[in-house]
Amino acid sequence: MFIKQLSVFVENKQGALSEIISLLSNSGVNMRAVSIADTQDFGILRIIVNDIDLAVDTLKKHNVIVRANNVIGVELADKPGSLARVLELLTSGGVNVEYMYAFVTPGNADAAYLVLRASHNEKAEKILADNNFKMLSEDDIKNM
Amino acid sequence: MSNYYQPDIETASREEIEKLQSERLVKAVKRVYEKVPIYRERMDEAGVKPEDIKGIEDLYKLPFTSKQDLRDTYPYGMFAVPMEEVARLHASSGTTGKQIVVGYTQNDLDIWGDIVARQLVAAGITKKDKVHVAYGYGLFTGGLGIAEGSRRLGCTSIPVSSGNTARQLTIMQDFLSDAIACTPSYAMYLGESAAKAGIDTSKLPLRAGIFGAEPWTEEMRKEIEKSLNIKAYDIYGLTEIMGPGVAYECSEQRGMHVNEDHFIIEILDPETHKPVPDGEKGEIVFTCLTKEAFPLIRFRTKDIGTVTHEKCACGRTFVRMSKPMGRIDDMLIIRGVNVFPSQIETVLLQMNLSPNYQIIVDRKGVLDTIEVQVEMTEDTFSDTISDISRYERELADRLKSVLGIAAKATFVSAGSIARSEGKAKRVIDRRNLV
Repeated sequence: MFIKQLSVFVENKQGALSEIISLLSNSGVNMRAVSIADTQDFGILRIIVNDIDLAVDTLKKHNVIVRANNVIGVELADKPGSLARVLELLTSGGVNVEYMYAFVTPGNADAAYLVLRASHNEKAEKILADNNFKMLSEDDIKNM
Repeated sequence: MSNYYQPDIETASREEIEKLQSERLVKAVKRVYEKVPIYRERMDEAGVKPEDIKGIEDLYKLPFTSKQDLRDTYPYGMFAVPMEEVARLHASSGTTGKQIVVGYTQNDLDIWGDIVARQLVAAGITKKDKVHVAYGYGLFTGGLGIAEGSRRLGCTSIPVSSGNTARQLTIMQDFLSDAIACTPSYAMYLGESAAKAGIDTSKLPLRAGIFGAEPWTEEMRKEIEKSLNIKAYDIYGLTEIMGPGVAYECSEQRGMHVNEDHFIIEILDPETHKPVPDGEKGEIVFTCLTKEAFPLIRFRTKDIGTVTHEKCACGRTFVRMSKPMGRIDDMLIIRGVNVFPSQIETVLLQMNLSPNYQIIVDRKGVLDTIEVQVEMTEDTFSDTISDISRYERELADRLKSVLGIAAKATFVSAGSIARSEGKAKRVIDRRNLV
């Protein structure tokens, strides 16, 4: 099971990030988690949103380069050692993590959520599911 | 092995070709000095007499002819024969300025036919074939030029002229065209239209295409060869010199053989006007050796290209020229290296990147820097930095190998490159501001 992540190309110049976020907020898109990866020249904004189709449409209409791509959303117990366990499992399964970020919600104070993109997404997903981790679905994201 | 239309000259030795060129150059210079006032003035100014020109080794002594000269003497100031000997007029469209008019004697038309026939034969066309001419017929040299070649070769020409794509396709199917001649962009369009109309081009007898009159790329060639199921040949020409057929491609498809018995090609350094070695880029300059009505001496085309004297596997010995790689007016000199925006465009096209790009030239200390900014596209974008960085590195590598100097490659947002009147400003040179 995967969730959709909104990936946005952001040029490294003043106001570029703010412009994209404004477009999303004006169209009523709500964000669950945000992360940005940057290089000297450009960045990739990665967002988990409540309505991926609306977010993609809004940005495309404004000529922004976006992609909705599959990532793994996994629920962890919000306590020391949870993340370490996930990474150990993936490493021993021969999967590399391309990037990841985490978020929490007020609705479930005991849980933390990890968004993860692996070198082999399917394999990573299977490893975690086989080890009884709760995988997030698109519906989970909408209903958070 | 290719067939030749005029094997004696097409496979002559270098010595034979140069001897013929020298004899013809001496006569051509004498003729223009006598008949064309502007040439007499220019040569007198330069202190060159016709008798100073004893062979091609003296070519460099002669003054250049520019497009502006043709405009200044419009319409008939550079004709070298009285109008009663002129059999036909053609004109260039004048997209970059006032139109110019050129003339042909009957003998000029016969030679034009011969050099086009060399192309037809090199493309495997014989007397038995039907050549579908979809170039425009009229003042433009394309249509009637190919027709002239078909007539000399003795094959059947189908003068469809340009436009009306549905009719072109019907004729192609009903008249059973064996070869087609048109602009490469129209050939692309015909291929797409045939596919849309559900025409299986592999069932048609069409097997060769002769395309020219505008810049095109190897990618376009592949596309046309696939969609029309033919082999596509590149023909070079310019109205000022003759029209299509100044240079022609053989089945090797590795450069166009210049018809050196009728034209001399020079590749000159744009700064020093000295010839550059084989393979190096420079301005293409042509001299007409046999033209009677409109003979140009050292005509500066403002096109950039290269030549090679390397032996061609087809057996032809005429020097081969590259496709024109750009216009001299667009040339940038970066760290002493000549760089043309068209070279960068080719790389972007090969990598399937956006055609919207900008070249930023700057000077850091004493060193010139060049950065190519390309708009990001959906096809190239990825959610991982490593994928995008890989594209940037590949672009930088390819630019380095094509340009001969290191260039930085950067992706920028879609639509971020400033456009004026719909066209992006290609070059920002910041060196003068320092």
